[in-house]
Amino acid sequence: MSLDELMLMRHEWALVAVALVLLIAEIVVNENRKQKIGIVACVLMALVTLLGFLPANTGSVFGNMYLTDPLRILMKNILNVGVLIIFLQSFSWLKQPNYQGRATEFYLLMLSSLIGVNYMISSGHFLMFYLGLELTTIPIAALAAYEQFKSKSAEAGIKLILLSAFSSAILLFGISVLFAASGNLYFQAFESSDSLITVLGFIFFFSGLAFKISIVPFHLWTADVYEGSPTSVTSYLSVISKGSAVFILMIVLTTLFRFIQPMWQEVVYATSILTMTIGNLFAIRQQNLKRFLAFSSIAQAGFILLGVVGGTTLGMATVIYFVLVYVFSNLAAFGVLQAVEQASGKITLDDYNGLYKTNPRLSLVMMLALFSLAGIPPLAGFFGKFFLFTAVAESGFYVLLAVAVLNTVISLYYYLLVVKAMFINSSDAPVATFTSDTTMRISLVVCSVGILIIGFYSPVFAYIKELCGGI
Amino acid sequence: MILIALIVVPALTAVAVMFARNARQTRNLSAVGMSIQLILSFYLLYLFLTARASGNTDAILFYDRFEWYPDLNINFDIGVDGISVAMILLTSIVIFTGIFASWEVKNQFREFFTSLIILATGVFGFFISLDLFVMFLFFELAVIPMYLLIGIWGSGKKEYSAMKLTLMLMAGSALLVVGILGIYFHSDVNGAHSFNILELANQNFTIEMQRIFFPITFIGFGVIGALFPFHTWSPDGHSSAPTAVSMLHAGVLMKLGGYGCLKVAIALMPEAAHELAWGFLILTSISVIYGALGVIAQSDLKYINAYSSVSHCGLVLFAILMLNETAANGAVLQMISHGLMTALFFALIGMLYARTHTRIVHEMGGLMKVLPLLSVCYVIAGLASLGLPGLSGFVAEMTIFVGAFQHPDTFHRVTTIVAISSIVVTAVYILRVVGSLLMGPIKNEAYQHLESAKWYEKLATVTLIAAIIIIGIAPLWLSDMIMESLKGMMD
Repeated sequence: MSLDELMLMRHEWALVAVALVLLIAEIVVNENRKQKIGIVACVLMALVTLLGFLPANTGSVFGNMYLTDPLRILMKNILNVGVLIIFLQSFSWLKQPNYQGRATEFYLLMLSSLIGVNYMISSGHFLMFYLGLELTTIPIAALAAYEQFKSKSAEAGIKLILLSAFSSAILLFGISVLFAASGNLYFQAFESSDSLITVLGFIFFFSGLAFKISIVPFHLWTADVYEGSPTSVTSYLSVISKGSAVFILMIVLTTLFRFIQPMWQEVVYATSILTMTIGNLFAIRQQNLKRFLAFSSIAQAGFILLGVVGGTTLGMATVIYFVLVYVFSNLAAFGVLQAVEQASGKITLDDYNGLYKTNPRLSLVMMLALFSLAGIPPLAGFFGKFFLFTAVAESGFYVLLAVAVLNTVISLYYYLLVVKAMFINSSDAPVATFTSDTTMRISLVVCSVGILIIGFYSPVFAYIKELCGGI
Repeated sequence: MILIALIVVPALTAVAVMFARNARQTRNLSAVGMSIQLILSFYLLYLFLTARASGNTDAILFYDRFEWYPDLNINFDIGVDGISVAMILLTSIVIFTGIFASWEVKNQFREFFTSLIILATGVFGFFISLDLFVMFLFFELAVIPMYLLIGIWGSGKKEYSAMKLTLMLMAGSALLVVGILGIYFHSDVNGAHSFNILELANQNFTIEMQRIFFPITFIGFGVIGALFPFHTWSPDGHSSAPTAVSMLHAGVLMKLGGYGCLKVAIALMPEAAHELAWGFLILTSISVIYGALGVIAQSDLKYINAYSSVSHCGLVLFAILMLNETAANGAVLQMISHGLMTALFFALIGMLYARTHTRIVHEMGGLMKVLPLLSVCYVIAGLASLGLPGLSGFVAEMTIFVGAFQHPDTFHRVTTIVAISSIVVTAVYILRVVGSLLMGPIKNEAYQHLESAKWYEKLATVTLIAAIIIIGIAPLWLSDMIMESLKGMMD
């Protein structure tokens, strides 16, 4: 293997290197200086993220098991930025005495999962894909149970691992059937036909992946796991694992399953409507804001499917663009949630009453994030949603479009409930004024800037669109 | 450049206000910013009229294009015609007076003025944009600050009203997304789709396509124009909103509906408009008469004015649906006239409420004796509202009904007569309110010592009255300017 070939996998190498450095540091560094490891992790992650933006090549490694091209690299970069933000947000949380001496574990597990995500995105073979998927999930299940002194956290971990195992089994079964149908598991040489057995394989494959994206009716684990897991892990689940699964789903549908496009379109069409409607309706009733954001992220998954359903280049570009916007918006919301939770232990909607009076900046960031998720101009979410709608209309699915726009109104209702709590309601015992630490503030500033400028800065979309043209 | 300045000035003012140090600075910054905006609008009018006088007959003046999203052919296209100039003037007058009408806002003043000016920025942006995407962006930008403005600074059942208003208007704009994208994907300008209104105007959309997307677009804009039965946000919203917000919302924001119906729904899809106008005419006639009758049952001044706005804005849509130039000209005049007088009404109601602490008509009385200036202003607003010659309301309603009577068939005659009968009802409720509010004995001893109008209150009311009178006495320059832009829009 030449150096050039190795360089094709530089994202993965870089992450493995960071993981190794942290692992060695954990062993070597003495107990009272371990706090520094968190800073090292953030700095290294920032370097890796920057490194990812270097010009990229197209190519394949391991006999087409591993593919890479600028689009895949872009996706990895987006997710790297997301993980960097999560690292920044979790820094002060990990300093608490409860996690003394275990902070490095958190970074290591999350990095392992991210390496899995990278391999999954770059997979050129179903088994490679499966390997990546498992590597993504298992460390995260461990992280979900990270707060071992809380029974909810343990419950979240066990739920996540059981359901992941279950969905993986379904997915593997789908892959087996697909192997039976085509005699081949390489993406590039995959000869699918519109035979019934391919359709069967597709159904199982889709169901397996739908668990990861939490598409209705495979969403039932989402709220419980999101609620029980530590907030940083919830952010990771709702942004990184969901984003990567969407991306791979999109690639597989538009390339491998193009022969049965009319069939998968119907499936995606129906699940999209179900996902956003049910996600939205359940979100209205939530009092716990983590559950609230869990259902909101289910609804967002339904919106993301809007870009997938047409199977067009524009659709693909809008999905990636939306995921990019979603990374910033959702992580901003989770960041505020985490800051408030850490300072006061409060997490329900009523606790947020009067937050603007005591913590105006945090409330403004939260409002930006929620408005962006709701798709209010001039924030990035507006552009993301409008472009998704454009993709739907391009394929002529006007009924789906109508359902989707009505769903944005429903979603606006519950996002406004939070805004109302913060800005309008008053409270006898509001969250006391507090200052969050520097890393949290950096992450929130990064998210806010992203939310404010991505929409106005149109070259971002043009770049994504251009890359999507290549697939 | 002047058009860019028209959105940059309010945007910068909003940012500056955010960092103001105290209430005084906040007010002054807002007032300065909006005064500059008012001057700019008049300068725009001057530029527009001189360009026209020098023989420039382009449909759109000061056209400018900035490429934004080339992949989707979204451009920041701006330009104005006579209608937009008129609406921009209206907006700058209303926001200017609105700032002075909210001079006394003490609670979270920075946030209040910032939200108010962001709202105005959205409205200005809407009126100058020629690209449907950009137009839609500004439209939503103008709607969303309403939630906070009503929710935080409102009165009565403000949280309910704010939520209802926001969701209904957003549902309208959700329909607009469908309409806009339908128009976009059915267009073909040199092989590409287009959002540009000028390019879309030359498209011959098939009648099948128009039959689907005309009603969607019309209702989408109609919701904010208080089209029956989607008007129910309006009475609650207006009555709960703080003074300046009611002024801006009834005065300007509801006009986005009429403007959009005219320049997007009808101008782009005229065949379907001709075919389906009858259905909407019935709805708008109901709006007009139902709004007017609704007023009679009300005793709260704000509700009275809110229902009368439903009636007057219904008349705007009614006139547009007559699909001829005279009526459409009347519609635009009505938008301006109603914008000015409803702003005046809401401003006066705010000022009266600040003194008497009630908005219930029969709890007040004899105010003419203690508050002569405000009372006279109220009478003038009332007379404009019922269409007294010499004031703006007469010009507008007269033009509308002349246009409406150009249709000789029975159906149009009947709807027109229904709509005209609202004038009588209007006269009834206006005179009744004026009578019991201002005339008669002073009901409450405490009213003897009410403060007379302050300088900023005088400035706000006098500016609005001056505009109403100018349009009432010399309407020709305005109606000519509008008429020129309407040519060709209706066929």
